[in-house]
Amino acid sequence: MSDGEGAHFNQHTLDISHKAILYLEGLNVSFDGFKAINDLNLYIDAGELRCIIGPNGAGKTTMMDIITGKTKPDSGKAFFGQTIDLLKLTEPEIANTGIGRKFQKPTVFESHSVAENLELAMKGDKRVWYSLRAKLSSEQLALIGETLQTIGLTEHYHKQAGALSHGQKQWLEIGMLLVQKPHLLLVDEPVAGMTHQEMERTAELLRSLAGKHSVVVVEHDMEFVRSIAHKVTVLHQGNVLAEGSMDEVQNNPRVVEVYLGE
Amino acid sequence: MFISQILKNDRGGQIMLAVLAMILIAVPILNLMVAETSSMHVPTYLVTLMGKYLTYALLAVAVDLVWGYLGILSLGHGAFFALGGYAMGMYLMRQIGDRGVYGNPELPDFMVFLNWNELPWFWQGFDMFWFAMLMVLFVPGLLAFVFGWLAFRSRVTGVYLSIITQAMTYALLLAFFRNEMGFGGNNGLTDFKDILGFSLQADSTRVSLFVLSGLTLAVGYLLCRAVINSKLGRITVAIRDVESRTRFVGYKVENYKVWIFTFSAMLAGIAGALYVPQVGIINPGEFSPLNSIEIVIWVAMGGRATLYGAVLGAILVNYAKTLFTGLMPESWLFLLGALFVVVTLYLPQGIAGLWSQLKTKFGRKREVAA
Repeated sequence: MSDGEGAHFNQHTLDISHKAILYLEGLNVSFDGFKAINDLNLYIDAGELRCIIGPNGAGKTTMMDIITGKTKPDSGKAFFGQTIDLLKLTEPEIANTGIGRKFQKPTVFESHSVAENLELAMKGDKRVWYSLRAKLSSEQLALIGETLQTIGLTEHYHKQAGALSHGQKQWLEIGMLLVQKPHLLLVDEPVAGMTHQEMERTAELLRSLAGKHSVVVVEHDMEFVRSIAHKVTVLHQGNVLAEGSMDEVQNNPRVVEVYLGE
Repeated sequence: MFISQILKNDRGGQIMLAVLAMILIAVPILNLMVAETSSMHVPTYLVTLMGKYLTYALLAVAVDLVWGYLGILSLGHGAFFALGGYAMGMYLMRQIGDRGVYGNPELPDFMVFLNWNELPWFWQGFDMFWFAMLMVLFVPGLLAFVFGWLAFRSRVTGVYLSIITQAMTYALLLAFFRNEMGFGGNNGLTDFKDILGFSLQADSTRVSLFVLSGLTLAVGYLLCRAVINSKLGRITVAIRDVESRTRFVGYKVENYKVWIFTFSAMLAGIAGALYVPQVGIINPGEFSPLNSIEIVIWVAMGGRATLYGAVLGAILVNYAKTLFTGLMPESWLFLLGALFVVVTLYLPQGIAGLWSQLKTKFGRKREVAA
């Protein structure tokens, strides 16, 4: 790992020597008999920008829940890099190993300022006693400034997050992921409810993040997916239906069938 | 200075502490130095009454910290207050010595009455003031820690948590009513004579306790404010607003909750310990679930998540209570209920929010007129 953040995190060192950063193998989850995830296999490469699409109930959100530790699968494996077994970790532990998640509905800390939101999300010692004495270092202040630049909210430094527009909240939330210096970003429906302009800016933002980070985007909006994705995975009934470029996927007869019906 | 740093953005707190400082200086002078015949004289019973209000105010600050800033509606803080009170009461009981009705130098009267021959193990050490003060912090703190650790780790939140805090204080009420518990049963602990060798009847002792209550309130207030100003405080508010998000950002939410809850319980315990020598009695009634609900009403009326609002609410409501239970004893509970309804409907931010509410209202009117 490039950033030395002390003994607290070293127990989960990310090993991406085999190129892939995320391995999901043979995952199964059922809720009251309904199979939300059905023998799912998915591999994400380091630095990749991947879009996941699929009709409602395809298991996209459940898959995110498994990766972030919110849902435990009935069977299967989920590894982060070569060595970190995600199924053995709790939600905060997973967050601290370097997986950041952006929720479908923008959830920022509404009564805090934009900068404070980033401060709280920042990577570092998250223990109670440390928090009581914590002061922002100059590097941390610089990181906040830099991140605000990236997400285009520099002029809203002191603004209360609750007063931001819907699109701005989405960007702020992405910023909150970035200050955690994650290796893998999970982004759930980033452009839902956005205007066209906001959508374009979001696409630009996500493209600029790929390479430095691995990004997984779950999205319904096909136009948006086409504008950002190199590789698309189609989920259907908890399983991978097709994988490839947007054009390949769109011309896949099985995908057409699922999306358009018979 | 350190204090001005803490109060930098806290206008209400500055005003509240300034008024408190004036009262703490003026009241002792008006009680001890002004002749009793003078109309300026503050009688001792009034000093003690105000001292009682100040301990309530500290209790309200403790509740506001967990309710206003952490979002945990505790309906059991009366229990921590009472436990602190009992710890102080046990010290005061041991101070009576052989001046009790039965003249037993070791055993408090109620134990002699129950035909007990020796002091139970949990009464050992309470003849030492420092030990009793340690217990004032330790007993409520330990209960809050264990309770919080179990409840928050199981992710019990919202109404369910409020209900089990009520159950906790109710269980303690029933337990302390029992004579076998060894805390004086129904009658509780009373007939105190002196504290650290000073007679509790003396004006000077009463004034000292009053001043001490005020100073403790100020210190408690500043401590809470310092916590809220720190990053810890921002995390606390984040947990209140979106708990799941805070967890995903990487904070162990239950640790934060346990820490704040325990700290708050210790403050409540200190308030109880200052309360008991001033009112001269502690009995199981203090564990009554109704007491804990009343504390929440003080905070709601004063204004949640302001801290100084809690102080204001506690003092105003209790002053009204003293006034009305004197004038029309039957009507007090109805009045309290009515006040609560009015505040909930028209003053969601309490009395402390009245100012900003008026400002936006008239500010808007002026804009319209212009």
